[in-house]
Amino acid sequence: MKFTKLLTSAAVALGLATTAMADTTKVGFVYVGPVGDGGWTYEHDKGRLAVEEAFGDKVETTFVESVPEGADAERVITQMALQGADLIFTTSFGYMDPTINVAKKFPKVKFEHATGYKQADNVSVYSARFYEGRAVQGHIAGKMTKTNKIGYIASFPIPEVIRGINSAYIHAKKVNPDVEFSIIWAYTWFDPAKEADAAKALIEQGADVILQHTDSTAPQAAAQAAGNVVTFGQASDMGEYAPFPRVSSIIDDWAPYYVARTQAVMDGTWESVSTWDGIGAGMVGIGEISDAVPADVKAEALALVDALADGSYHAFTGPLNKQDGTPWLAEGETAQDYGDDGLAGMNFYLEGITAEIPN
Amino acid sequence: MDLSAINPVLLIASLMVAATPLLLAAIGELVVERAGVLNLGVEGMMIIGAIAGFAIAVETTSPMVGLVAAMIAGAVLSLLFAFLTQFALANQVASGLALTLFGLGLSALMGQSYVGIKPPAMAKLDIPVLSDIPVLGPILFSHDPVLYIGISLTAAVWWFLKKSRGGLILRAVGESHDAAHALGYNVIRVRILAIMFGGACAGLGGAYISLIRVPQWTEGMTAGVGWIALALVVFASWKPWRVLLGAYLFGGINVLQLNLQAAGIAIPVEYLAMSPYLITILVLVIMSADKSGAPASLGRTFHASQ
Repeated sequence: MKFTKLLTSAAVALGLATTAMADTTKVGFVYVGPVGDGGWTYEHDKGRLAVEEAFGDKVETTFVESVPEGADAERVITQMALQGADLIFTTSFGYMDPTINVAKKFPKVKFEHATGYKQADNVSVYSARFYEGRAVQGHIAGKMTKTNKIGYIASFPIPEVIRGINSAYIHAKKVNPDVEFSIIWAYTWFDPAKEADAAKALIEQGADVILQHTDSTAPQAAAQAAGNVVTFGQASDMGEYAPFPRVSSIIDDWAPYYVARTQAVMDGTWESVSTWDGIGAGMVGIGEISDAVPADVKAEALALVDALADGSYHAFTGPLNKQDGTPWLAEGETAQDYGDDGLAGMNFYLEGITAEIPN
Repeated sequence: MDLSAINPVLLIASLMVAATPLLLAAIGELVVERAGVLNLGVEGMMIIGAIAGFAIAVETTSPMVGLVAAMIAGAVLSLLFAFLTQFALANQVASGLALTLFGLGLSALMGQSYVGIKPPAMAKLDIPVLSDIPVLGPILFSHDPVLYIGISLTAAVWWFLKKSRGGLILRAVGESHDAAHALGYNVIRVRILAIMFGGACAGLGGAYISLIRVPQWTEGMTAGVGWIALALVVFASWKPWRVLLGAYLFGGINVLQLNLQAAGIAIPVEYLAMSPYLITILVLVIMSADKSGAPASLGRTFHASQ
């Protein structure tokens, strides 16, 4: 008797809980690294916290961190959808197919996939024009290198990363024709020990500027130990390494977008869109350029930031050739976002880079 | 392609650094497994060692104290595993996995206020005259002390298992705990001591990453080294020197492939990236052709009444 009573009250409580929950919007986040990585995932989680702050009790957020890209991701996303999420942000390129697969099974749930290119009726894609930030980094790097050797720690050979390498390269080359890029593919977004090893390998081979497209602050620490190597914060400000070795950074600011999209779900106005914002819209921030950068270089870099922000300058402006010498952009022409040879699917290096892109 | 950009001396020196956390964790797990216990919690104990060592080193400004704290932390966490498997007779595989999950979670919690802090630097053991010898100096005589501890630990474990009475007892417990029990040895005590040794080694390996190799604290920073250590013990046929060889191979090829990439050598990156795993497995599999198998009681639960 007692037991049945217990069960009944539990059922009642559960019922109450569900009704109480009915008018809250559930937002789920899937992260590729830990929230404390100090980089990519850290910034996405800041966006999540901004959503909580903006809507208070009306929203309930959940997240799962360190989710491997691939089959595991599909399981995690499915679970979130089953638990009643109304909106799910999947925040890494490798979640693209898992997101699309799960979205088919849950047509009423809204999905937002970061940095991908596959859209569906209930899947939006959003990304930031990080390559604009890379242009600024390339400019500073080209001016500051003394060995003319710039090391680049890349993660996976996907368009987003390749765009970054190209953008940094052409802007470094513009101010310093002797500059060379050494590129290491770490095949990971987050592995501090490996990132540190990669940075050390580049430094030992004479690189005195390190750009990174991996998420931890380990390369910053390696550069600091070396003493005379310049770095840039990636995804997050990484300000604890300022003013040197970190002389500037690219900061991802997802908060306004996350708040806006959550609002859209609440209002019932959510539609599948493709968002790709840069410095102008505030999705890409340039972290403070420290005093370790000479004043004239800093002024040039800030002017570049302004030109990119107001649209008077495009980071990929011709004449530019592909690596094999075939023309890509004519004099004064700017790159298209989509289509053949568009930025979204960029899978080629530009002329002057000596390495090859892994398949 | 510019191979001359790679400095072989610096390369060897940095591969030794890259191999050390793996070596420490694997040599500890080797002793645990030779005592007949399969502890899959290496990753969890490493990460706890990484944060405990880091936190204590920052608070006391002494990296040495931090390293000792890391060993204690690893050993304490392993006691939890020891309690579950030796007294509560829980399944070792499940308990080990639980230990890893617990360690990862707890370390993230403990480390929240340590993100972005720089630890006190560990002085290198620059031996005055010896470290100035060209080539040999930077390779052999100018590392941090822990690297030497790793190598001497390998020698000590080899000697202990092979030559000492204590090692004989430990191996007996690992091969047949019933026979060892019948001979009057305290199986549980031997195993608990082995588990704690394994925990201390894993903790030290973790702290090596957070204090010396990287050096900083980031959540989840061991990134799978514990799992590689587990695999290494198996591929090394539970033999200490092979663990050393395997760890240096793995660490070495990893560093080498990064260097080759940086030098822009024309080998496809995909092959370079998988080479550490492939070559280490290949070499150790060929070496283990002598059919030395796993300890016979590995992973089996012991209770005196059974």
